Amino acid sequence: MSAPATWNIASVRDSLLTKKASAREITQDFFRRIEARNPELNAYLALSPERALAAADRADAAVAKGATAESLPPLAGVPIAVKDVLSTKGVPTTCGSKILEPYIPAYDATAIERLEAAGAVILGKANCDEFAMGSSNENSAYGPVRNPISPDRVPGGSSGGSAAIVAAGLAVASLGTDTGGSIRQPGAFCGIPALMPTYGRVSRYGLIAFASSLDRIGPFTTNVDDAATILKIMAGHDPNDSTSAPVPVSDYPAEARQDLSGMRIGVPEDYFGAGLDPEVKAKVQASIALLDKLGATRVPLKMPHTDYAIATYYIVATAEASSNLARFDGVRYGIRVTGNTLTDMYRTTRETGFGPEVKRRIMLGTYALSAGYYDAYYLRAQKVRALVARDFSDAFEKVDAIVTPTTPTPAFKLGEKTADPLQMYLADIYTVTGSLAGVPGMSIPCGKTAAGLPIGLQIFGPHFGEGKILRLARGFEQAGGFTI
Amino acid sequence: MKISREDVLRVAQLAHLELSPEEVETYRGQLDEILNYIGKLQELDVTNVEPMAQFAAAAAGDSNLREDTLVPCTVVNDVLDNAPDAVKPFFRVPKVIER
Repeated sequence: MSAPATWNIASVRDSLLTKKASAREITQDFFRRIEARNPELNAYLALSPERALAAADRADAAVAKGATAESLPPLAGVPIAVKDVLSTKGVPTTCGSKILEPYIPAYDATAIERLEAAGAVILGKANCDEFAMGSSNENSAYGPVRNPISPDRVPGGSSGGSAAIVAAGLAVASLGTDTGGSIRQPGAFCGIPALMPTYGRVSRYGLIAFASSLDRIGPFTTNVDDAATILKIMAGHDPNDSTSAPVPVSDYPAEARQDLSGMRIGVPEDYFGAGLDPEVKAKVQASIALLDKLGATRVPLKMPHTDYAIATYYIVATAEASSNLARFDGVRYGIRVTGNTLTDMYRTTRETGFGPEVKRRIMLGTYALSAGYYDAYYLRAQKVRALVARDFSDAFEKVDAIVTPTTPTPAFKLGEKTADPLQMYLADIYTVTGSLAGVPGMSIPCGKTAAGLPIGLQIFGPHFGEGKILRLARGFEQAGGFTI
Repeated sequence: MKISREDVLRVAQLAHLELSPEEVETYRGQLDEILNYIGKLQELDVTNVEPMAQFAAAAAGDSNLREDTLVPCTVVNDVLDNAPDAVKPFFRVPKVIER
């Protein structure tokens, strides 16, 4: 087998169809890479070799039976990693938490089931911040993940393991989840495309909930075509998730191939203010100039509620989290720490099983929902959420997409922000807006700082407008924007 | 100061968290700082703004609700395999009612 340094969906398919390599050989090659690199990165928490090789053998059997480019399933033999908040039948699923250390789900998340039905080879589970709460992957009970580009820095969070895995070539693609920026921010920090679909585009069935009105599942890939292909397979209504939208699924790979002429891109001044690193700002502005050159028209925008999004998000998300995480009480799954009474057992189990950030958010959310504070915090936050969403709906009357920096700075150092939770929250300042509004967003690489740290360009689209985002992203990629 | 030590203890009790004395002090300070920051939401006039719980596709409506029909569910054993203490088909917990 002759293995390229970076595999993608097209190169896997080509290798299988021309018999340059079998899916089994490719899968084994990835497990060797993981064995060599994971001790340093800590990006995988668990591997699923039996399940992976069984899927690889199915792909090889299809090729042996004479499958063609048309008949071979779209992800046949493609090695994929999934974030550890996604349920995998028979494979440990911990959510990066001690409280779920012994948990082995009895079923698969719909997103994973759909990928596997399309031929994907599930390699294992990606490390993440505990219950997806964090912006640096330092909140995992199983240790932080290191950024493969610069190992003294964080990979971002909460899907830090998923991003590091793809950036380090330890899977062709991975799934992450995004609640306030948890796909886009690690995508930016690790220098790879990272897509958060519209709320409801991909079923959340089997995603262990953090904040149900915000959580989304999306892919990390090495190129835009792969993101389009994976989205098309995962998207669509699921009877097991009443919030999954019965909206027809577009042919995203075809939409991504259209040129950019006539596209109107909004540039909101509110995303370029104080706190934005000058090197990030310069690359994002150069990226916007490139999009102009490719035929898009720039439209200046104002999105006046941007500055209120973090405060809104940390009420809405923690309120929902405090409710969702009430189910971890030592009765039905995970660890139990015994006590004299049932209440003692709940309390000691939760105190032992949850880490500091999860407890902090449960406390904040419980406070915001408690008697006497509900109107002042939770209800007000829901109203401001409507204003943030209105900023987006007003903008999308004038533009096809909105372009901003993904993060105010490149990847920060391990330990740099752990002592100050509020500073860590502010790292999500440009991503939480779209989370609240329910719109799709993608981070794509747009060059590096002088020190070699990746920078991310964020593209928002209207609800169910993933095709427009992918079209801009692919045009930008083809024009060399990733290394601008 | 928005949040007192008593507030922290009250909220911990509501959330079924058994905090250590150090945690109570740490969270008091951190929650105070976070709530002060969140206080900026009071700057906005939200009169006549309808609260938004989540984005829902307009096309969805009630069509997302399926018929409420009974279907066999045979997962009891699989589910109980994950329980820390099960006496199938039950979860076992410390005694709740004293006689």
